[in-house]
Amino acid sequence: MSAELSLIGPILAAMLAAATPLLFAALGELVVEKSGVLNLGVEGMMLVGAVCGFAVTVKTGSAPMGLLAAATAGAATAALFGLLTLGLLANQVATGLALTLFGVGLSALIGQAFVGIPLKGLPKLNIPGLTDLPVIGQALFGQDLLVYLAILAVPLVHLFLYRTRAGLVLRAVGENHAAAHALGYKVIRIRFLAVLFGGAMSGLGGAFLSMDYTPMWAENMTAGRGWIALALVVFATWKPLRVMLGAWLFGGVTIAQLHVQGLGVDVPSQLLSMLPYLATVLVLVLISRDVARTRLNAPACLGKLFHPDA
Amino acid sequence: MSLIRLEPRGQASQAMVYLTPPLAVVLTLMSGFVLFLLLGFDPMKALHAFFIDPVSSKRGIGELIVKATPLTLCAIGLSIGFRANVWNIGAEGQLTVGAIVGGGLALAFYGHGGWWLLPLMVIGGAVGGMAWAAIPAYLRLRFNASEILTSLMLTYVALLLLNFLVHGPYRDPDGFAFPESRLFEADAVMPILWLGTRVHLGAALALLAVAGGWVLIARTFIGFQIKVIGLTPAAAGYAGFDQKRIVWLALLLSGGLAGIAGMGEVAGPIGQITPNVSPGYGFTAIIVAFLGRLHPVGILLAALLMALSFIGGEAAQIAMGLPKAITGVFQGMLLFFLLASDVLIRYRVRFGARRAVA
Repeated sequence: MSAELSLIGPILAAMLAAATPLLFAALGELVVEKSGVLNLGVEGMMLVGAVCGFAVTVKTGSAPMGLLAAATAGAATAALFGLLTLGLLANQVATGLALTLFGVGLSALIGQAFVGIPLKGLPKLNIPGLTDLPVIGQALFGQDLLVYLAILAVPLVHLFLYRTRAGLVLRAVGENHAAAHALGYKVIRIRFLAVLFGGAMSGLGGAFLSMDYTPMWAENMTAGRGWIALALVVFATWKPLRVMLGAWLFGGVTIAQLHVQGLGVDVPSQLLSMLPYLATVLVLVLISRDVARTRLNAPACLGKLFHPDA
Repeated sequence: MSLIRLEPRGQASQAMVYLTPPLAVVLTLMSGFVLFLLLGFDPMKALHAFFIDPVSSKRGIGELIVKATPLTLCAIGLSIGFRANVWNIGAEGQLTVGAIVGGGLALAFYGHGGWWLLPLMVIGGAVGGMAWAAIPAYLRLRFNASEILTSLMLTYVALLLLNFLVHGPYRDPDGFAFPESRLFEADAVMPILWLGTRVHLGAALALLAVAGGWVLIARTFIGFQIKVIGLTPAAAGYAGFDQKRIVWLALLLSGGLAGIAGMGEVAGPIGQITPNVSPGYGFTAIIVAFLGRLHPVGILLAALLMALSFIGGEAAQIAMGLPKAITGVFQGMLLFFLLASDVLIRYRVRFGARRAVA
């Protein structure tokens, strides 16, 4: 087998792994935005999820407990956001920013006792025969379970939104909350549940980073992935399957950038590290350019406050 | 029916506009008390070490002003945008580029400076910040791309650029490969305004920005347009206001002021270019803008309070070994409480079941 071909497998595997935190966070945010709520606190929820998942895993020695803690912590911070924006009608943009600032501080505070502790990482799938396949074996059958869980969540979210009654109601609330309210649906309750789901998914995305991708805790370790996830939802025009494509694209950019650094190309590493952020800007520009399409696909009540008496 | 409900007020309560920020501060302090208790510190002692001790000396008050300077500069600019629904959250990046350009001029003319160097650096800082903010402005107006996401992504790019420069072109040639620039020469350093402290010319510029911000919002037609666009975009459209011009103005102004703030940091308290120009002033300025009710004078007061949270965090870390990250927690909590209590401006809280009126 040629050297180029033997690189494909590891690159593909690394790309899928790099895409996983984005996929979790962006899928969660997609459901939130479909219900008409814009939660800009993804970065904060990911960080809180990352540190709680890490801390609980270190303390209990159990990765499933850590993941549970991460999802719970993400949902708990999201509940704070829900309480403020849905219960107390606070501005969603400002509250989302507050959630991120708070999450950065809180995670650093909790994580202080856990800096420098290594973790083993999550167990990897190993199917004798399949995992050993050349080129694609490791990438497709040798990842750890969260990678598969994130990919599995894509069709599940799609089926929920477009093939179940609850999904229909959620979309209706996001498109026209007044009409949904008039039909007797509990707009606030439905949105709150969506926000909780978004928080749990962000928490899992963060936990994947701290428990597996780079199994350690460092302040601000999400490095803007929460914001990239927000951009991915726009990029995907609020469609779950396209979120997956977008996440893979970004995983690809991240890995390509790392590989170029590893090959010793004479470009400063800092400049290469800019690529995922610049790619996000580029992708946003390409997608948003088509105003009509964005407007057609965005939930009509996205970011609007709802008060039943008003 | 729930026991607590919100009843819309006929008119926004002016009293609550002024009462909710102090209320949020009090709630934050109470939560801080509980937080310190949970962390196993004596809460009264910790709060004292955090909020009182740092400002009980001339030096401490000086430091307060030093930290409030960049916060005020950034927040004044951001508040203009927030009023017009322009969400520039990349002030940290614009501040960084201001430091890169302004500080870069100090290095470029190292050994050949003169009285003109410092003014040139101020202009360079402003231009750098404006250029960085012009990108999200252009992308929003030309391509409809959300300035929230683009301005934030560009912040990461700016921080990486700074990191690259101090490891490369900006590095002190005699500095044993430390990622730091040379120390600026005297003609490239902000003059000290208050002897015995580090309060520098930037503080005067910040006050100027406060006055300028007030005049712009309260006394000019542009300021009126900004307010109308923020409150009712449709009305602004019917009135024929040029919304594109307002987006440009808001982003260039906030970028320019953030750039001056960044230049003031490297030419002021830091005195050289390092990889860490700002401990997050650009992000904290978002809180400052809201806490100050987007009003220039309110912003000045809020900036002093937030500056206290920075130096308090440092002081408490030294005095009691409190984790420094507590600063961020306090700042986030304060904004949460403020946003939560804002509901009182437009709604009354009613207890008990709904009255049976038609």
